[in-house]
Amino acid sequence: MFLGNLASLRYFLPEFAVTATILLLVVLHVVTKSPRSTASGFLSLLGVGTAIFLAGITPTGAGRSIFEGMVAHDGFAVFFKVLTALATLVVIFMSMDSRDLAGRSQAEYYIFLLSTLLGMFLLSSATDIVMLYLSLELVSIPSYLLAGYLKGQEHSTEAAMKYVVFGATASGVMIYGFSILFGLTGSTQVAEIGRSLAAGKATLPMLLAAVMVAVGFGYKIAAVPFHMWSPDVYEGAPTPATAFFSIGPKAAGFAVLVRFYYTVFAAADPGTGLWRLTSAVDWPFLFAVLSALTMTVGNLVAIKQNNVKRLLAYSSIAHAGYMLMGFVLLSSAGIEAILFYLVVYLFMNLGAFYVVVVVSNTTRGEDISDFTGLGSRAPFAAVALSIFLFALTGIPPFSGFIGKVYLFAEVIHRGVYWLAVVAALNSVVSLYYYARIVRAMFLEEPKDASAIPVPAVSFAMLVLLAAPTLILGVYWEPVARIATDSVRMLAF
Amino acid sequence: MGFVDSHILSLMTFLPILGAVVLLCVPKGKDDVIRWIAAVASFLPLVLAVKLWFAYDRTLAGVNVASQYQFVEHYAWIPSINVEYFLGADGISMPLLLLTALLSFLAVIGSFGITNKVKGYMALFLLLETGMMGVFASLDFFLFYVFWEVMLLPMYFLIGIWGGPRKEYAAIKFFLYTLAGSVLMLLVLLALYFNTTNPETGGHTFNLLHYMAQGTHNAWLKGFDVRVLMFLGLFIGFAIKVPLFPFHTWLPDAHVEAPTAISVILAGVLLKMGAYGLMRISFPIFPDVTRWFAMPMAVIGVVNIVYGALCALAQSDLKKMVAYSSVSHMGFVLLGMAALTPLGMAGASMQMFSHGLITAMLFFLVGVVYDRAHHRQIDGFGGLGAVVPIYTGFISFAFFASLGLPGLSGFIAEQMVFLGSFEAFRPIVIVAAIGIVFVAAFHLWSLQRVFLGPLNPKYATMEEINAREIFCLAPLGILVLAVGIWPMPILNLLNASAVRLVDLVKAVI
Repeated sequence: MFLGNLASLRYFLPEFAVTATILLLVVLHVVTKSPRSTASGFLSLLGVGTAIFLAGITPTGAGRSIFEGMVAHDGFAVFFKVLTALATLVVIFMSMDSRDLAGRSQAEYYIFLLSTLLGMFLLSSATDIVMLYLSLELVSIPSYLLAGYLKGQEHSTEAAMKYVVFGATASGVMIYGFSILFGLTGSTQVAEIGRSLAAGKATLPMLLAAVMVAVGFGYKIAAVPFHMWSPDVYEGAPTPATAFFSIGPKAAGFAVLVRFYYTVFAAADPGTGLWRLTSAVDWPFLFAVLSALTMTVGNLVAIKQNNVKRLLAYSSIAHAGYMLMGFVLLSSAGIEAILFYLVVYLFMNLGAFYVVVVVSNTTRGEDISDFTGLGSRAPFAAVALSIFLFALTGIPPFSGFIGKVYLFAEVIHRGVYWLAVVAALNSVVSLYYYARIVRAMFLEEPKDASAIPVPAVSFAMLVLLAAPTLILGVYWEPVARIATDSVRMLAF
Repeated sequence: MGFVDSHILSLMTFLPILGAVVLLCVPKGKDDVIRWIAAVASFLPLVLAVKLWFAYDRTLAGVNVASQYQFVEHYAWIPSINVEYFLGADGISMPLLLLTALLSFLAVIGSFGITNKVKGYMALFLLLETGMMGVFASLDFFLFYVFWEVMLLPMYFLIGIWGGPRKEYAAIKFFLYTLAGSVLMLLVLLALYFNTTNPETGGHTFNLLHYMAQGTHNAWLKGFDVRVLMFLGLFIGFAIKVPLFPFHTWLPDAHVEAPTAISVILAGVLLKMGAYGLMRISFPIFPDVTRWFAMPMAVIGVVNIVYGALCALAQSDLKKMVAYSSVSHMGFVLLGMAALTPLGMAGASMQMFSHGLITAMLFFLVGVVYDRAHHRQIDGFGGLGAVVPIYTGFISFAFFASLGLPGLSGFIAEQMVFLGSFEAFRPIVIVAAIGIVFVAAFHLWSLQRVFLGPLNPKYATMEEINAREIFCLAPLGILVLAVGIWPMPILNLLNASAVRLVDLVKAVI
């Protein structure tokens, strides 16, 4: 039933592509005279593009367990691989545009970025708790380095330091939870653990394990109360890295969260598209409370932010809260809603960060006041940012609205009305702070009215990010189908 | 002509946004070209509206019977969740479609005076028109909701960029209030979706007509408590838009800060959407709750009438006074609807149409004086009647129409509401009738202070109303007079549907 190591290799091509690119980058770094050349950026683009292509063409069928049960190769994993690789692709473009990174060694930066990507690939497909832990660390450690990449800048160093300390604590607690699970069941296979737990009724240790693991995953998706690191890290890290953190590791975190909890602490009811709890531990309720807290805290604190990066950090906390709603419903439609939301979130959030990069390249700042009068200084960028921000708010006809509709719909379908009401009210709150940026851009006159240049590549990328944000708001059937198919193939 | 005839509502809805796209391609600096493109893009829907007027079969009622809707377009949009592109018109939506087409065109003409960022202004305005048309034409709740929300963005920018001194505050207040109402609507919409079945396919549905057939509701949705909650969720969403007391506080700010043409649209069309939503969605889907909630609605309606009039009486700003007069007049709409009599319901529809015309005139006229004097303080003028006689004639006409002078459209509508609701809520209607005195008072008092008495020498050389402004006002004035003298054409338009709607609500389920 498990595929052996050699037979598994042909399902591992995207990972090979990324690994090969990382190795080539190391070589390139050694042989090129100038470490600042853009060659490494282009090489990374090529590598990630290849990985997406390979992930897209490898057939998944009903899903299979490869490398002796370490990793799953199924639609769910492929969905997240393509998603995180797409995010990385955009972030590479963004990094090549960013003035934050100009004048620093490029190859190392891309090596860290691609290592994180490799970690995310593995994290979204790991089915063994040892593998899972290793891939989580493979995501985390290069992330710390990325956060601290602006050597010599206090903020950046602070960001990296906080990231490390919080990260180490969270993964320590998580691995404690893993050890309890191993002690209870004697297995490291998530599917096996799930079956053993369903048979025995050790409620208290299970509750302990469920909570401890939640700490580790909650930290990755920046759910309240494990979110403390994220505003400082988001603010201090180079902007492209921030954009990357806000979608990449978060998406992978959701992947592992769903796979782990739906395998270990729940069992699928075949044919109904529903799961049932296998124990008395009501973790969905626990996460529902976390979800409500996460969106509320994220939105309320965002109101007071003046730094756009920090504001977007809190906003991304709030969005994790929305997505958590889909996680607590024990239904395929709930997971589909998360997947759909991640797709639209990818475009609108990266788009917003892209504009921040373009603007701060000229203004050298990321405060809301730096965006004043952007409507006349760089009309295209301002319109694009407005589209992204209103999409994040969830207003039609933008894609974010459809994402929210899917989440809200399933919450209401499952009868968790209180959560739907909390989320709806949160949407209203979020309008206030997103509109603050729009207001600065269009409703206020700039002190410095000089034009802000938008380079051709940035322009093209903004168009490419805004187009899906608009189109998916009007016609989203294909993406909804992809999300449905990706859940249907979820194999444990 | 086949395509035009079979897609007339789509064309009315999407021609404006098409115009916006065209106009965005015009190079900078050609403001006049942009203005004329916008004028054409809003004139074409008006032409189609005239066509609609002649083609509409006045014997068909619509409301809950799909086969009696006219100009229907029905396609699948997102099959996986059963969202449909479903447009159609009946007697409830017809007057409002006509009103929207007319006011949008006049508002574009009235906006020719805008010189700052003309391109953005016109593009946003046309987007707004698309949203308004879409709301009145949609028969799919999801589609309705999308159009309903699409209006928020252009409105936010139109108030926020081209508005008065406190524009930022007014714009965001409008946005937040309306969004708060509409997220409630979204929750109700989703709950309806999951608890009804489409009798034809067996799946869930967003089709409003299916919701109106009570047999499609499941057991959960038949529970009265649930229905009350859902009705109230919708009611708050619509009440914010109307706006009904106590959700009206965004209105004076938004109206006062908005540029003239946008105030016209706000008062003339947007306020009608709330009442339209109640007629189109709340009443026929929840008839039992509607009956249960009729008395509170009537009370809220009367509070609106009296409170709006009293607030208007206290204003020193002419535009704010007109804004509060809208609060007062929308109270009549709610009172007429709550009576659940054919006459009351038709009166409510009539009042919406008539108020759309009259309030548009009023806001245009306030804009005229503001353009010249750069303030709107009622006490800051005096004796203008001697300087600008034509203008004074227009504004007196509009004020008398607004206070319900017999022979003008407002009188007809208000009398229908009173007659229709008197039997149902005697004491309440008597209070409302007394409210009329205040309505008359603030109109006459401000008329006296601004136009009569000794001339304020500062304005001795004030410019008379010009041809473009008369062009905007004259059609409205003619309609107000025509409807006031001979209301039958409009009444025939909406009567069958009003009767059907009342029957539907009164039928015991």
